[in-house]
Amino acid sequence: MIKQTNSIFDPIFRWVTLSGSLFILVTVIGILLTLTHGALPSLEKFGFGFLSSSEWNPYTHEYGALSSVYGTLVSTFIAMLIAVPLALVIALFLVELAPPAVSRLVGGAIELLAAIPSIIYGMWGLFVFAPFLADHIQPKLAAIAPGFPLFEGPPMGIGLLTAGIILALMILPFITSVTRDVFMMVPSIVKESAFGMGSTTWEVTRKVTIPYGIQGVVGACFLGLGRAIGETMAVTFVIGNSHKISASLFAAGNSIASTLANEFTEAADDIYLAALIELGLVLFGLTLVLQIIARWWLHRTAKRLGAVR
Amino acid sequence: MFGIAMLGWILGTVLLKGAAAINWEFFTELPAPPGLPGGGLANAILGTLYITFLAVLIGVPTGLAAGIWLAEFGKDSKLAESVRFGANLLMGTPSIIIGVFVFVLIVMTTGHFSGLAGSVALALIMLPVIARTTEDMLVLVPSSLREAALALGVPRWKATLGVVFRAARTGLLTGILLAVARVSGETAPLLFTALNSPYWPSSINEPTANLTVTIYNYAMSPYDDWQTLAWGASLLIAVSVLGTNILTRTILWYRSR
Repeated sequence: MIKQTNSIFDPIFRWVTLSGSLFILVTVIGILLTLTHGALPSLEKFGFGFLSSSEWNPYTHEYGALSSVYGTLVSTFIAMLIAVPLALVIALFLVELAPPAVSRLVGGAIELLAAIPSIIYGMWGLFVFAPFLADHIQPKLAAIAPGFPLFEGPPMGIGLLTAGIILALMILPFITSVTRDVFMMVPSIVKESAFGMGSTTWEVTRKVTIPYGIQGVVGACFLGLGRAIGETMAVTFVIGNSHKISASLFAAGNSIASTLANEFTEAADDIYLAALIELGLVLFGLTLVLQIIARWWLHRTAKRLGAVR
Repeated sequence: MFGIAMLGWILGTVLLKGAAAINWEFFTELPAPPGLPGGGLANAILGTLYITFLAVLIGVPTGLAAGIWLAEFGKDSKLAESVRFGANLLMGTPSIIIGVFVFVLIVMTTGHFSGLAGSVALALIMLPVIARTTEDMLVLVPSSLREAALALGVPRWKATLGVVFRAARTGLLTGILLAVARVSGETAPLLFTALNSPYWPSSINEPTANLTVTIYNYAMSPYDDWQTLAWGASLLIAVSVLGTNILTRTILWYRSR
């Protein structure tokens, strides 16, 4: 009789929930397989040359990913260059210096910044920030270093530099909040013993908090990098969308995601579509590798910190 | 300080430019051709609501189920570990890739863009987030509650849905709300699944108007009145997304006190 209360619904319940879980795994594997399948015509036609050719011509059916990959890497690099130091400073301020009320307020603002949809960053970037950059910042950069190839060309406001800065703004809240959490994990007893030996706040920060948290920070950066690389809308608005590679950061470029956003609905023939899907595959592969490295790294760090304590 | 300044700058712009576009027509009328006065985005507002609603219908039950399994059955098993890993990967996948995936899977096989494809894309983005928050929330529920229910002879499914869920309901609700807020601002996965349309949404098998793709198209257009509409739509999206965020955080904050 007792057995009966374990109604027949229990196994069903178990299977239903299990299938929900398996669905997640199937999706991840499905993305990989589907994209590879969709990209087959292009994979067969261009082989490895796809990655090294910067030709992108729908009329002659020649496609290469180099300019998109270049744009993705450059804009991401600029974003990291700006966002990482800034995020470090903000996180340290929040953890070490700020009074709790300020810390909560700024922390909240940063989390809201992370919740703003990317298309709004894009609108703002195109209509407000790009003109601002063209009028005030870019001419100055060009004047500081005349003839320097990175800052050559007309200050149009849109281009790789702008895309990089907007990306930096977008990943800043993310990196900041992870970094803050990592610094909070530093056991207060370690900090207090340093203070007890007469260290100043600066010394504690530099010699205790940072070395303690540095690995977690690296992991946070990898996660931020993974986000920046795949960011679409904000970049599409301000990068200029050109398939030319140029040394200047003022020049228009494109990224993998912006190319997909711009051209996917225009792809008229199969090989064009396959080339775009292959671009998607490249991007997916890139984020997959970054994710795996980041997770592995954070996991290792968490273990290490646990062991120290 | 810098964070607050940037937040203020961005929101200030959206508020100023967007407020100019918001009026009665904005919520009630179809878009007008460029140059003609008036016109609104009623179809896009309705379309966004309905794509998001369908996405919730697909994504939330699946995500809840996955979360339940991870917390109640899978626990530390190898399979559960791989599911968690898969969910993390899926969370980190750029949303445009999800768009390409759904395009190949649904749009290419059915031969046309559709609102349904857009909903599926959004549901896939929601899925891992809901699964992981559900798991986190369920794990927090003390085992004694579960055991007490089971000891009374309640079957497992009833114990989970009736007792454990009830104990975790605030957390689950906020998790779902945050996930919905996140996807309602997504553009990239809709670009080539739901596409866009100047008409009222009529069937899930047709291209469906939605706010975010409309913002993208109108902002890129050379017409002033379209750009104004785009700002209005941005304001609407920003207010609803941030509003949901603040609301859920306030709820959580009150609960944690």
